[in-house]
Amino acid sequence: MGASKAGLGQTEKPPQGESRARLPERDRPWVMRTYAGHSTAKDSNALYRSNLEKGQTGLSVAFDLPTQTGYDPDHELSRGEVGKVGVSIAHKADMHALFDGIPLDAMNTSMTINATAAWLLALYMTVAEENGVERGSLQGTTQNDIIKEFLSRGTYAFPPEPSMRLIADTIAFTVDEVPKWNPVNICSYHLQEAGATPVQEIAYALSTAQAVLDGVRPRVPPEHFPRVFGRISFFVNAGIRFIEEHAKLRAMSALWEEFGRERYGVEDPKFLRMRYGVQVNSLGLTEAQPENNVIRIVLEALAVTMGRDARARALQLPAWNEALGLPRAWDQQWSLRIQQILAHETDLLEYADIFEGSHVMDALVEELTEGARAEMAAVADRGGAVAAVPYMKTQLVESHRARVGAVERGELKVVGKNVFTSAEPSPLQEGEDGGILTVDPDVEQGQIAAVQRWRSERDQAAVDAALGELAAAAADESSNVMPATLAAARAGATTGEWGATLRAVFGEYRAPTGVADAAPAPEDDALEELRDRVERVSEAIGRRIKILVGKPGLDGHSNGAEQIAIRARDAGMDVVYEGIRLTPVRIAATAVQEGVHVVGLSILSGSHRELIPDVLEELRAAGADVPVVVGGIIPRPDAEAMLAAGVSRVYTPKDFEVSRIMGDIVDLVAEHNGVGAHAA
Amino acid sequence: MPLDARELGRRLRERDRSAAPAVLNLIEDRSAAARGRAAALLAELSPAALGGEAPAHLVGITGPPGAGKSSLLSALVPTWRGAGRTVAVLAVDPSSKRSGGSLLGDRVRIEHDPKDDGILIRSTATGGRLGGLAAPTREAAHALAAAFDVVVVETVGVGQSETDVEEVCDTVAVVVQPGSGDTLQFLKAGIMEVPDVLVVTKADLGDVAERARRDLAQALTSLGAGSVPVVAASSVAPVSGIEELAAALDAHRDRIDVPATRLRARRLMALGDFVAEHGEVALRALGGRREAERFLCTLDPGLQAPALVSALRERASRERAPTS
Repeated sequence: MGASKAGLGQTEKPPQGESRARLPERDRPWVMRTYAGHSTAKDSNALYRSNLEKGQTGLSVAFDLPTQTGYDPDHELSRGEVGKVGVSIAHKADMHALFDGIPLDAMNTSMTINATAAWLLALYMTVAEENGVERGSLQGTTQNDIIKEFLSRGTYAFPPEPSMRLIADTIAFTVDEVPKWNPVNICSYHLQEAGATPVQEIAYALSTAQAVLDGVRPRVPPEHFPRVFGRISFFVNAGIRFIEEHAKLRAMSALWEEFGRERYGVEDPKFLRMRYGVQVNSLGLTEAQPENNVIRIVLEALAVTMGRDARARALQLPAWNEALGLPRAWDQQWSLRIQQILAHETDLLEYADIFEGSHVMDALVEELTEGARAEMAAVADRGGAVAAVPYMKTQLVESHRARVGAVERGELKVVGKNVFTSAEPSPLQEGEDGGILTVDPDVEQGQIAAVQRWRSERDQAAVDAALGELAAAAADESSNVMPATLAAARAGATTGEWGATLRAVFGEYRAPTGVADAAPAPEDDALEELRDRVERVSEAIGRRIKILVGKPGLDGHSNGAEQIAIRARDAGMDVVYEGIRLTPVRIAATAVQEGVHVVGLSILSGSHRELIPDVLEELRAAGADVPVVVGGIIPRPDAEAMLAAGVSRVYTPKDFEVSRIMGDIVDLVAEHNGVGAHAA
Repeated sequence: MPLDARELGRRLRERDRSAAPAVLNLIEDRSAAARGRAAALLAELSPAALGGEAPAHLVGITGPPGAGKSSLLSALVPTWRGAGRTVAVLAVDPSSKRSGGSLLGDRVRIEHDPKDDGILIRSTATGGRLGGLAAPTREAAHALAAAFDVVVVETVGVGQSETDVEEVCDTVAVVVQPGSGDTLQFLKAGIMEVPDVLVVTKADLGDVAERARRDLAQALTSLGAGSVPVVAASSVAPVSGIEELAAALDAHRDRIDVPATRLRARRLMALGDFVAEHGEVALRALGGRREAERFLCTLDPGLQAPALVSALRERASRERAPTS
């Protein structure tokens, strides 16, 4: 009997005489998670426990940006970010608190952690060890995909070469020591958020996987390599075009298998099967009529569950209010219920693959496969994924621009945003909290005091010795950093110390912004009219309008800033864009030195309440009298406070017409320089 | 309330670097009123007002896109700062022909401490000017030379277009990456002027970079310019050649007659501005470029570019008058 208790993706057929459509036994559901965590380890632990009580079957840890980029809560760059987009974990005691009362040998924990993956894995292992749990029993995933951080998400810490080596080290270490762990989860998810087409998503993710595998191959015995191949998993996105999205996953699975066979000589079908988890699309979620997002999320969840041959192993769904701010526990519960209804109420899990034999699906898969092959060849021509980061980045910026333009012109319909915009007010936002979670601003001060206390109470000599060993291991290309990282975790070193030690050896890095090489915009009347206005105002004020586009804080989601930067250039402005991770002092110094007429800031991490006033203050201190506009996920009360504090305009995701924003900026510069509306 | 131009000039003359951004704003301002004020400002920074040439070392860093100019500066700037020298960088990027706009992306690649007031980085666009440098950039370089120890003009240049940088700077370093045979060919064919210093980047590549360095040194020798230093440098770990490059730049400046170089630069700059404003017809009225240069040599060496442009303008209208 083909009772498929073994899990998903099995294509065993029931014996003759039984139904060809129905499975003899319902499939076991995928792992259900919610990407969660904020404030302190204690707060997040309570959240995890209540999520597990509600029927969640795995954990997905969201870390705050300082933890993701290797800084302690008291570092200058951590200001405003501590505990914001995730939980702050500075040392092993924080990790203990995070998993307090949660049995690690029975849990499947996914950690969205990349540049500092080796470190957080070491902390997790230390907690297990100190609780008497065998490391061999640990199950879970460290995301650990640095290339997409360079391309899209921005939480990198070190240059590409040593970053790839860290990934190779974690893989080589876990394949023997923590065999059930997925050491790397190659992400196409964030590429779609950055504008990737399905073809680009497949091609860049598989090219990244190739770079990772080529990096690890010399670091493991050849007989272990098929197992290494088998441990590579993927983290994929699913957008609203859900039929095509399903085809994308089938195409990706087929290419992965072919890849394993042909490039790496892997033969065991178990190792050749593409394993992937999914978070569905956030890019398409709207601020306008946000209740509609639930429908979008359901359809996107279908994309990755409906065909048995390409069904997700694990799923996490965003909340309806992500374009408004941080989701509350109730919002996340609603999304978990979507998964539970799909898995337990519908008949989704009762059938064999429902697309088998579909000519339409096969043709769609073929189309995407061919496209992906061509794009992978383009990456290979540029020396592979690491060397091709600037190329891929520029391609993504251009794809995203095409998308933004299509939404702006109404060619790509988004209900509630650019079509069917007349609506009743949403009762979901009527509560006192405005329908979102606000992180207590005192968390940061608390975490700063806590990490300072931790440093003063531990055995400093042991920490110094461990960090010395870590530096030595990092400097020796042939050694693996994991043992020294584990020793530092046990000794009580902090996230910032681990990061600083490796930064001292590896150096720091700024990823390419992709904007300088983006092709000029296609000509249209709106752009022509805008250029005329830019020209007139520039003439009137004597210099071409010069704008500084800046991203303060640790938030690495630069898509919005990039689109503003290239549109401003295409409109005829001189644009200074310095990329991500800027301190308010640096932004102010740049504004003054560059003599800009206007400053545009973008923040999506929720740190605007701290960072925007800081930037205004630094600008004043530096003597820069320039208007400031802000864009980001900014709740209305915060926007009002900013306007009162001196910000000229605030834009949120509902302001999708970039041309109109540009027009505003031109007006603002004209007005500020006293050249009046006739020029604008 | 516009800042008093003379006052700004005086502050810069007294090495008050905090005046620099406002000075640059005024110099870049192309409105007629601002041009007048800029002339007053520049007069405050003339050799006469300074009691000699501005003390800075004017360094041009030029080379094809992607050669590693900004990364090189990322390493050079701290070297200069470490030696106690203040540094201003004018980073020039091309403007889009179609929109007139530009993305000024070099600043990001020059790592520096934003709190250090001994470093100023200003990005400017070419404004569509062929040859690489907008008029304000040239004026800016000379103005900043009064207040900073090193003024760098960083431009994209391949082949002939670095001529502008050469006119502005005391020392020009051309930066190439190993494996780009273009520079070698341009040098041999005489399309490219022999630079003062040649830099081969990406020395971390080892043999490839060393081979490129040797090939270029050989080409220079066969052109009779064997004394031009060819430095191999790497701005990424292992960092190398940076001190050597700084020394080579200094050595070149020690060799040249700075007042004569600057005087020539001012005259060529004035001629460039004159042609940009009045066109080739006006240049013909002066009897052509060489005649115009000869005329400029007869003028008071103390005159600044705006005064020289006026002199050219007057002469051109006088020459043209009989035929009209």
